[in-house]
Amino acid sequence: MRKALIWLPLVLCLAFVGLFASGLFKPDDRVIHSRLVGQPLPAFTLPAAASDRPALASAQLATGKPRLLNIFASWCVPCAAEAPQLDALKQAGVEIDAIAIRDARPDVDAFLKRNGNPYARIGLDARSSVQIALGSSGVPETFVIDGKGRIAYQHIGDIRADDVPMILDRLKDAQ
Amino acid sequence: MIAETGLAALWLAAALALLQLILAFAGLKGGKTELLAAVRPAAVAQGVLTAVAFAALITLFMRSDMSVLLVVTNSHSMKPWLYKFAGTWGNHEGSMLLWVTVMGVAGAAVALFERALQRNAHMATLGGQAAISLGFYAFLLFSSNPFARIDPAPADGQGLNPLLQDPGLAFHPPTLYLGYVGLSVAFSFAIGALLTRQVDAAFARAMRPWVLGAWVLLTLGITAGSYWAYYELGWGGWWFWDPVENASLMPWLAATALLHSVTVLATRDALRAWTVMLAVVAFSMSMVGTFLVRSGILTSVHAFAVDPTRGSFILGLLALYIGGALALFGWRIGSVREGAPFELVSRETMLVINNLLLTVILGLVLIGTLYPLMTEAFGHKVSVGAPYFDRIAGPIALALMVAMAAGPLTRWRKDQARAVCKRLSLPLIIAILVSISLSLFAWGRIGILPFLGLVVAVAVGVGSLAPLWKRKLLRTPLFTYGMVIAHMGCAVSLAGMACDSAFTVEKLVAARPGDVIQTAGWSIRFRQIMPIAGDNWTALQADMDASRGGSSVVIHPQSRFFASPPTTTSEAALLTRWDGQLYVVLGEEVEGGRWQLRIWWKPFVTLIWLGGVMIALGGALALVGRERRGWLMKWRAREALA
Repeated sequence: MRKALIWLPLVLCLAFVGLFASGLFKPDDRVIHSRLVGQPLPAFTLPAAASDRPALASAQLATGKPRLLNIFASWCVPCAAEAPQLDALKQAGVEIDAIAIRDARPDVDAFLKRNGNPYARIGLDARSSVQIALGSSGVPETFVIDGKGRIAYQHIGDIRADDVPMILDRLKDAQ
Repeated sequence: MIAETGLAALWLAAALALLQLILAFAGLKGGKTELLAAVRPAAVAQGVLTAVAFAALITLFMRSDMSVLLVVTNSHSMKPWLYKFAGTWGNHEGSMLLWVTVMGVAGAAVALFERALQRNAHMATLGGQAAISLGFYAFLLFSSNPFARIDPAPADGQGLNPLLQDPGLAFHPPTLYLGYVGLSVAFSFAIGALLTRQVDAAFARAMRPWVLGAWVLLTLGITAGSYWAYYELGWGGWWFWDPVENASLMPWLAATALLHSVTVLATRDALRAWTVMLAVVAFSMSMVGTFLVRSGILTSVHAFAVDPTRGSFILGLLALYIGGALALFGWRIGSVREGAPFELVSRETMLVINNLLLTVILGLVLIGTLYPLMTEAFGHKVSVGAPYFDRIAGPIALALMVAMAAGPLTRWRKDQARAVCKRLSLPLIIAILVSISLSLFAWGRIGILPFLGLVVAVAVGVGSLAPLWKRKLLRTPLFTYGMVIAHMGCAVSLAGMACDSAFTVEKLVAARPGDVIQTAGWSIRFRQIMPIAGDNWTALQADMDASRGGSSVVIHPQSRFFASPPTTTSEAALLTRWDGQLYVVLGEEVEGGRWQLRIWWKPFVTLIWLGGVMIALGGALALVGRERRGWLMKWRAREALA
């Protein structure tokens, strides 16, 4: 009995090491997914963020045709890296709207001049309140919105070149 | 050049650690005195070199040397100097360098100042310390080099997490690290004692100051961390049971148990195996804590870098050292003779009860912290919240407090149950009186745990003074005062926790400038809201007058925005009064020019941290008292010889 007790701590320790190892090497699933996927967009109205694009309201996103809602900011480095992919999606006939987070109109104008402007409408979310309502936790993020104004898919982080076909598939599925 | 000097110092220190390990091992194995004679100089040189490496990193941060990758990713030339300084360890690589520096310097101190141990045990301890250090050197040099250069050097750095830009947090991690690493010394002592089969009272007396010192620093670190979370995170609570908080609480629980059992071993030569086990467990908990924090294996409000490679490195070290120590324990402890016997009613038994309760709390906190990980291994995602911890740790902590009051009133070796009860009668009467008056005042309005907490706090507060009863106060040893103050501190903290959860008044309002909000006897006039600019942030700041009774005080809760990286933090306005704190948080703007305000009145909440400081002070007094007594005895012996 006493003999067994002496070795018990070692057994426990090895069990914990096994547990930690299984936790370390499991496939990474730490992305925060919005609980709003499958739900209608929360209602919002935002002022225009750029001087040559109209403002954005949630009602304008239910147009019968699936579209993208891109969350970006002029101060965000990955957002600039994402610009060519958004452009490619626009070339493929996708309608893209955007929300600029914690931004100022001159900064957004400069950003769009530098990186191209694939957006139809851009709303300014100066205090991130709409971003939080959408269940988004950072920039950039992209939502696929179906024709009825429901969120069909949430893409966290920048859209890479090899994500583009997948996004197009999602848009087709959301038809 | 500075970065290269630092790196060279680090490599040299690692080489010396290897040499130190080989010298100690070969010297002990072959009984070669000349090899053993070189162990202490190696340990001292190793300590000096780690200090040089750390000083080099501090210099790089203070100079904002943007050719060093670590400085670029964690600092910014516009940052106030204090945060450049604190930025040195406010990141993964820097904090690991701090870890090996503290280990190296502690090893040097063991080499220079340790006199109580026999030579062989002393050398084995230094060998153990070198073995642990080696793993961490390898970790730094092969997987997280703090001195790596970047070419071309960018124009400026990327800043530091704004949550960490706070003087409290600048000094909270080093305090905790000193505590963690102090426990590594206790661990090395245990290894040394097992290897040389010298688990006895002399070993315990040698280990005790290290455990006490580490415990004092851990206590201070946890207290400071709790107060920081309370005023910086703006949610009004003082303990979140977050994995990172638990990572510091678990070593503290183990160290508290170790501190008490090492006293039993030092004074009564009992609990040998148990003390060695606790020394291993205490440092294991430090390593588990580091692993949990650094691997990102658990989700926490504290955002640290998530990196499985580093995680697996620490996991490897953890398996090697803790597994190795436990295997050595199993192999050798059978040959350690059980110490002196004791009766059922005795101070020893009370300390065993204390140890068991602390261990149970430790086990339950560990299970709660790791539970999400365990369920995830079986495919579910579950999170364990504060209610679990409150409900399980609360009652056991109360039982522990009762044992704490009874322990010092019980005699060593053998006592009469009746006599102990008689000595406990005053606290008991006080407990009854407090329950009656509290029932009349607040029955049904407060929960059962806060109710019991208040009763126990008052009774234990009185009971902890009992060891001074009928003693000549001037001739009472300093460590007795230390114990009394530390136990008193526990009662004070408990009283603060109970008051906070029983009597806090919370109000959530949407107010417009010009509004007056009344709550808990306070009247708060919301005057205006203005943008202001700080060193490297902009903020919206509210001006408010808070008054209670007569004159009013201006308070300024803020919502701060940091540009690099973009983050918002809320700076709560705290108004401290003798009977509690007013805590005001400025929230989001809602429609119609109204602002969300969260207002708390927290009666006697400051007692929580006052108690923490008292506990640490008590530990420090005990440490000084014990050490001074040792010096005095040595000095008298020398005088007598002369």
